Amino acid sequence: MEIQNSKSPAEKMNALNTIRNSINKVLNFIRNYFSEVPLLGWFIGALTAVLLEQLVGRLIALSLGLPKIPILFGFVTMLKHPYLIPSTILYMLIVYILPIVSIARLTVPITNWLAGKLLVLPIIISVIIHLGLLYLIMHLWSGISDYRVLMLKFTLIAVMVTLSLNVVNGYMGEFSCSHPGFMALGAYGASICTVVLFVDDSMFGPALLPPAIGPFMFPVALIVGGCLASVGAFLVAIPSFRTRGDYLAIVSLAFTFIVKSLIENLEIIGGPRGLSSQPNWANLPSIFICAVVCVWIINNFVRSTLGKALNAVRDDEMAANVMTVNTRRTKMTAFLFAAFWAGVAGGLLAHVLRYVNPGTFGIQKLAEVLAMVYFGGLNSIQGSILGAIGFNILSEALRPLAIYKWIIIPSMLILIMIFRPTGLLAFKEFDVKKIISPKQKQKKEVQNVIASN
Amino acid sequence: MSLLLIEKMTHFFGGLRAVYNYDLEINTGQVRGLIGPNGAGKTTIFNLVTGIYKPTEGKIFLDDRSIVDLKPHQIASEGIGRTFQNLRLWRHMTVLEHVKMARYSKLTYGLIGAFFGTRKRRKEEAENEEKAYHLLDMLGIRHLTDQVVTNLPYGAQRRVEMARALAIDPKILFLDEPTAGMNPEELIEMIEIIRQINKELGLTIFLIEHRMKVVMELCERIQTLVFGEVIAEGTSEEIQNNPKVIDAYLGKEAVS
Repeated sequence: MEIQNSKSPAEKMNALNTIRNSINKVLNFIRNYFSEVPLLGWFIGALTAVLLEQLVGRLIALSLGLPKIPILFGFVTMLKHPYLIPSTILYMLIVYILPIVSIARLTVPITNWLAGKLLVLPIIISVIIHLGLLYLIMHLWSGISDYRVLMLKFTLIAVMVTLSLNVVNGYMGEFSCSHPGFMALGAYGASICTVVLFVDDSMFGPALLPPAIGPFMFPVALIVGGCLASVGAFLVAIPSFRTRGDYLAIVSLAFTFIVKSLIENLEIIGGPRGLSSQPNWANLPSIFICAVVCVWIINNFVRSTLGKALNAVRDDEMAANVMTVNTRRTKMTAFLFAAFWAGVAGGLLAHVLRYVNPGTFGIQKLAEVLAMVYFGGLNSIQGSILGAIGFNILSEALRPLAIYKWIIIPSMLILIMIFRPTGLLAFKEFDVKKIISPKQKQKKEVQNVIASN
Repeated sequence: MSLLLIEKMTHFFGGLRAVYNYDLEINTGQVRGLIGPNGAGKTTIFNLVTGIYKPTEGKIFLDDRSIVDLKPHQIASEGIGRTFQNLRLWRHMTVLEHVKMARYSKLTYGLIGAFFGTRKRRKEEAENEEKAYHLLDMLGIRHLTDQVVTNLPYGAQRRVEMARALAIDPKILFLDEPTAGMNPEELIEMIEIIRQINKELGLTIFLIEHRMKVVMELCERIQTLVFGEVIAEGTSEEIQNNPKVIDAYLGKEAVS
């Protein structure tokens, strides 16, 4: 009996191990097979897929028995009508996966050559071409329906917010809960600017400036919103940065509530009813540009020695101090900087919704932003981008499940916290040059590593 | 003219007298030692001079300038580099990043440079990198440049800390038990490194040590600290034969 009992768990472990090994083998094979594909190749593959959908997507969908093109990768369709699962999967396979995979793999020699050629030119040209392609893909993809446009806008804004919170919670290692407050300040700041200056509004009277110059002043309004958020951050930072630890979390949480109730009680800007009639300037290109600028500047910052000082402060503040780092200034700068971007994102959000009310920026928003940061990964730009995109897609895809959504998403978060406590892609450097350069086969490297071990 | 001058420095932790009437005068190029039993207040003296604690009383001058009211990062920029008894490295950062970070106060590109990646920033970062490589070469850890420090063996971590302290271009280097926890080979290497830093860079060194071998070999003059007070000061022979020192280390019975 005893022997049998002791044997069966071991056998189970063995079976589990073999399964895990075979999964790893398959994953490694896939990784190896596509290791040569440069980013350019993936973009061209995606572009083909999106074009295909645009041209014959409807036809394919109808012939597969789907009522229309699945809007968000078919998640919603599958959850609502389980009998459509096979045809939805087939659709995804035909329209997205097969074209992307095959074209990315087949064009490897061409795209690698092209990426290499582009790198000879100044890096900025190569980056602009990549970004242009990315925008084209997004534009074409979202051309199918307005819902996709809205989704993309929200996702890009979420990327900005997540990134800015990651500067504080990831790079600096403090725990700030004030991002909804900063977003609210930014949203109201930017909205008041645009509504007062360029819109004939019942609340603020006629426009002060001709609306024609409005779109050019939109960035200024966003910057005003961002600066307002920075002022708020300054007020939080003064009392809470004297010490480390929980104080910032508590003070910043209080700040979020203060901002919310302050706006609720300011009748001049609409109080709890909110503020509406923002001009429709936050279109996809402008949000895309904002997000790119945000990623660029934050990445520049965290990769400079001035920005790395944040990591030094997080890992050992005393050592940082003794190594000439002005820790107080470093922390202040980073906090105001993060708040600025949260404010800009808030301003964009207000102009996407064209309505803003204080209720949006409550504890639920905080939970969402924190979830995106910790889901994606601390201390990494890729992590934040992945976190924002992943979380947004997930929460939209699970929308048909209604209330169960809020059981599934948190439990996934718990699982991630257990198995990868710092998030999916934590502590990575975002090296643009490395990302866009042509790829070599990795096999040789792997062998070397094995040999050296 | 003395490089570092400390006069009548006293410090209390609440009611506990940690350091009392401490005097020190170090001239350029010297290697000085500070020994004493556990809890004598040696590290407290380091913390007081580097600004982590503010002395209750006393004056500290570096190059005839009072540094007693400066913040730790300002004192460091003035030219006091130090290492810690139990390593204080930044666990998520690479070796190169450590050394570059200590050049923080030398950077002038400011936030504009940090945000937009200006030419000035690229130039300064490249200069710092070169300087960092030079230091890594000197301490024999060039091959570890891109390693995260937590993966390194203990001896290498000590060297990283030393390289980091040297990167701030110090006038005087404070070493807090530089050989703690090292095996005999590492110990000999570390003594060599300290000697090299003193001879080649002409750097003044002030070190705390527990191992007599290291102190006797390196230091010109040694102070012995017991309960926050200097009980003896002199050359290594004088210290070794001083009955008060033997008392403090071995207890009264051993002498009699």
